[in-house]
Amino acid sequence: MSSEQALISLKSISKVYGEGAAKTYALKGIDLEIHDGEFVAIMGASGSGKSTAMNIIGCLDSQSEGTYFFKGIDVKELNRNQKALLRRNYFGFIFQGFNLLGRTSALENVELPLIYRGVPESERLKSTKEALIKVGLEEVADHTPAELSGGQQQRVAIARAIATNPIVILADEPTGNLDSVKSKEVMELLKSFNETQGITIIMVTHEEDMAAYADRIIVFKDGLIENDKISGGA
Amino acid sequence: MLWNAFSLALREIRRNVLRSILTILGIVIGVASVIAMVMLGDATTAQVTNSISKLGSNMLILSPGQEKQGPQSQDQSAKLFDADDVKAIQREINGIKAVAPLSSSSVTAVYGNENYTTTAYGSNNDYFIAKEWEFVEGEKFSQSELKAGKSVCIIGETVREELFGSQSPLGTKIRIGSFSCKVKGLLKEKGSASFGMDQDDLVVVPLKMLQRRLTGTQDISSITISVKDGVATDSVTESLRLLFRDRRNIKDGEDDDFHVRDMKDIIETLSSTTKMLTMLLGAVAAISLVVGGIGIMNIMLVSVIERTREIGIRLAIGAFEREVLLQFLVESVVLAALGGIIGIILGLLITVGVTNAFDLPFVLNEGIIVLAFLFSTLIGIVFGYFPAKKAATMNPIDALRHE
Repeated sequence: MSSEQALISLKSISKVYGEGAAKTYALKGIDLEIHDGEFVAIMGASGSGKSTAMNIIGCLDSQSEGTYFFKGIDVKELNRNQKALLRRNYFGFIFQGFNLLGRTSALENVELPLIYRGVPESERLKSTKEALIKVGLEEVADHTPAELSGGQQQRVAIARAIATNPIVILADEPTGNLDSVKSKEVMELLKSFNETQGITIIMVTHEEDMAAYADRIIVFKDGLIENDKISGGA
Repeated sequence: MLWNAFSLALREIRRNVLRSILTILGIVIGVASVIAMVMLGDATTAQVTNSISKLGSNMLILSPGQEKQGPQSQDQSAKLFDADDVKAIQREINGIKAVAPLSSSSVTAVYGNENYTTTAYGSNNDYFIAKEWEFVEGEKFSQSELKAGKSVCIIGETVREELFGSQSPLGTKIRIGSFSCKVKGLLKEKGSASFGMDQDDLVVVPLKMLQRRLTGTQDISSITISVKDGVATDSVTESLRLLFRDRRNIKDGEDDDFHVRDMKDIIETLSSTTKMLTMLLGAVAAISLVVGGIGIMNIMLVSVIERTREIGIRLAIGAFEREVLLQFLVESVVLAALGGIIGIILGLLITVGVTNAFDLPFVLNEGIIVLAFLFSTLIGIVFGYFPAKKAATMNPIDALRHE
């Protein structure tokens, strides 16, 4: 890796669940650096610790041991609100289960992070609409998740993730619930955000086809990084 | 931030109409049932108190025989009173308004084809003063009618209704027992007293007429004395006792063979009964408050657990813990207050409806309205807020994965 400061830097990160005899390691001390603008795919069998690593990177979970620097900041030193601010200002999340608010229109779902950011209403609506246009859903902005297909729901989630102009998008199995056509659409979108806006993308997947979109593939096994290679990209 | 939380909370309420309605409903039922229960209890108590006061509160009743516990019954061995006793009271006792000798007899009253069994009371005009009777039509007995014991009578509303239907009874002749007498007055309806006794079921005749034609003796079975306003009934009672011990030659150390009953004491007894009634209703209300509270609690808990994932999503996209909590607090307050207000309106409507239907007085009890409102909304808020607080302090990922 280059000598410039890494955007994300994990040092000897481990994560323990349970106590005593039931104690299990999800991560067994991993070191990882990710730089600005990378498109990283994290692969591995279930239970290999890939999702745990991503949740720690996204400040949704905290490590048991080790140090995590985000933009040079030691995240362990941050309180809950400061972590919320990191998520609010720098991260966009995409989940396998979409995690949209039910009975809430696509527009309002996308608008939500902007509300928490305190963006004024007119500007907020503009950004929301732009984000929906980027994912091709401006026509169904007033539909609720129940009225949208799985692919459309995931695109709403992507719009929500990019509406705040994050520097990192964390996608946990974004295509896990989608068929191959919809998966391709989602991956193309992510790829384009990475290429045109320089958003760093970290994606957990177990599908080779999807990982192929990434520039770098990291393989987890039993809580450790087994392989970390630069791929040519798709 | 407050405005944000407020608008987010209102959005959530609008979005989840069913859940919101269920929450509101729980509070509405809790508040409305307590208000209706307690205020109907108050109405009943007021009604009972009202009918007790119609008995007359400054009234003493002099009866022969010793006072007995339990149901009133005459001591057959004791000597009854006579006209001289009445005169003696009028002469000797100060501070009295009316002295009404009273004897009664069960009679069948007949008019045309109608007949009705009632009680005939023989007395004088003081009877109407002491018992606070008013006349709908006609008038009291004249002095000559009283002296001569003429066959005239004044009837109560129940007797009028049974015998005359819608017709006016004045001037007609009815038969009481085997004697006919002219109706010269109709008493204003009093309604039933608290014992369920119909006060309007009576025929009043001059005492002498009753004695001569129905009972056949000169005896008077009791004397009702009305004490002037501002005069203590206790002192009059004591004067009466001394007078009658003397008149009846009761030696020192011997017990009275008569007794004076003070209506005030009876009213006190009855009032304590209605107080018990109020307390009972209060207990019922308290239980319904708790039951209502548990209902509210359940709905709030269920919906908040359901919403743990929602809290996870909000945290993941960068909401502060306090923003999520404020939103839930505002939601709880709005729903609880709305439910409380609707509950108050519903409770009042129920109370008004029932009091109208049963002809009870409407008594506004602001205290219970405030109490029911505060209690229910407090439960709504507490159980809306604290489970949300628990969820909001979780790791975002744990809240997100919550099933």
